[in-house]
Amino acid sequence: MMSKLIKPLIFLLCLVPLILLFRSFYLDELGANPFEVLTRSSGEWTLRFLLLTLAMTPLRQLTGSAWPLRLRRMFGLFVFFHVCVHLLTYLWLDHFFDWDEIVTDIIKRPYITFGMLAFTLLLPLALTSTKKMMKRLGKRWKSLHKLVYVIAILGVLHFILLVKADLREPIIYAFILLVLLLVRFKPALLHKIRYATQ
Amino acid sequence: MLIKKPQDISSSEITEQAIYLDRRKFMTSSIGLTAAATLLSPHTSVAGYGGKTLKFTEDKIFDRKEELTSFDKISNYNNYYEFGTDKYSPAKNAQALTTDPWSVQIGGEVEKPGTLHLEDILKQNPLEERIYRLRCVERWSMVIPWIGFPLANLIKQAKPTSKAKYVQFETLERPSEMMGQKRNVLPWPYIEGLRMDEAMNPLTIIAVGLYGEVLPKQNGAPLRLVVPWKYGFKSIKSIVKITFAEKEPVSSWTKVAPNEYGFYSNVNPEVDHPRWSQRKERRIGDFLKRKTLSFNGYAEQVASLYTGMDLKKYF
Ligand code: HEM
Repeated sequence: MMSKLIKPLIFLLCLVPLILLFRSFYLDELGANPFEVLTRSSGEWTLRFLLLTLAMTPLRQLTGSAWPLRLRRMFGLFVFFHVCVHLLTYLWLDHFFDWDEIVTDIIKRPYITFGMLAFTLLLPLALTSTKKMMKRLGKRWKSLHKLVYVIAILGVLHFILLVKADLREPIIYAFILLVLLLVRFKPALLHKIRYATQ
Repeated sequence: MLIKKPQDISSSEITEQAIYLDRRKFMTSSIGLTAAATLLSPHTSVAGYGGKTLKFTEDKIFDRKEELTSFDKISNYNNYYEFGTDKYSPAKNAQALTTDPWSVQIGGEVEKPGTLHLEDILKQNPLEERIYRLRCVERWSMVIPWIGFPLANLIKQAKPTSKAKYVQFETLERPSEMMGQKRNVLPWPYIEGLRMDEAMNPLTIIAVGLYGEVLPKQNGAPLRLVVPWKYGFKSIKSIVKITFAEKEPVSSWTKVAPNEYGFYSNVNPEVDHPRWSQRKERRIGDFLKRKTLSFNGYAEQVASLYTGMDLKKYF
């Protein structure tokens, strides 16, 4: 009974940040430039969910629990959900769907190029996230979904390139990503962590 | 041009501006009367944004077709890295700054170097109102009713020598009160500069107030530069030093990113920032963006300063 409730509860919890964001937007509590806040917040939540998704495999290895893997797909889809909101704020509130302007931006500005590349790579992952596609693709599904690491690197680069001078925040995300990549591709590290905490 | 939908304007915003405009009308009609003097003495703040009220003459130069940005927005959305790198922190963190006493050091290529105390500066330079557009390099803009005086007045008093080709400005460096200076996001103190003719242009002012009251600390109290045809970061805040020089000063932002922020930094829709186009801007409070104007709409007054210059090269 309990375990049946956990997933929907976490689902609802994942919706909270955006609900709060749009509530503040509606109540005019986002300050002088609410549109900028929408883009930035949705971007940050995309990155947070991305790192959360990446943390599930190591977490499973660390704890042995099956839960992380059961939640992984849901978190992954929340990445896609947030990046769609983020992209929409860019296309609409920044450029009002002026496609000439948008294409120029994508070609000329490396931070937009990286962001767009990350979004494009997320598309096939979202489309093949169903159980059916997982079965159909078999082994290839796993290699395809390794793209998520590339996406995360692109996402962090996107953040590093867009800040004006204060690199503190993007560096924190870059550091977390580095740790996650290390434990993923050097699993021996994880064993050490397990021993150390036992 | 899009005017925001009525429901986007909160009622407090409307009253704020209405009171301000009303009060201004009153003041101009009563200037010179003793009644005005008592009314305008410090501590009897009329509009009530919380600051001391200032005596000034009304802006006669610029039309008021454009809606003023509310005091609330002007004083809560600030780029002032000395008090944090996001635009919401300065309103809070800047309150730690001591702005009284304050003095400005004048030096370099001048006949009359020395230290000017703020009270003396205020005594010697009659204040006037200037309603200017402010265009930030980040693609947002405001319309601000500054109170100040032409920088030219101050410069004439200092008597620059023939060697003075540029003016360099310096912000206070006081990490104990300016928490942002504890980290090296920018080289401190903040430095900005103008060519002599830009500094002498009648549009260039030293502002000491806005909306009829002394500057809020987050807006650069007690005195700051305002150069309305250049991107906002050129309008250096909380000035403690003005130096006249033969060589072009290197601005703080130019030091950290020379390809992004040039010495001139004139508002120019034709010259992109490496990370975005400068063709459009969002006026704070608006939903739709508007076209950015060459020299921020002040081409008539200042374009002649740059005749013959390649503005793509001298960006
Ligand atoms: C996986 C994909 C993406 C991730 C993880 C991501 C993440 C982020 C983050 C963390 C920020 C900074 C938030 C802040 O300043 O606090 C941001 C800002 C931004 N992103 Fe993305 N983003 C992604 C995709 C995109 C795409 C596809 C676009 C548009 C084509 C885009 C356009 C922007 C813009 C315009 C900003 C704001 C820049 C500014 O305010 O100066 N992003 N993004």
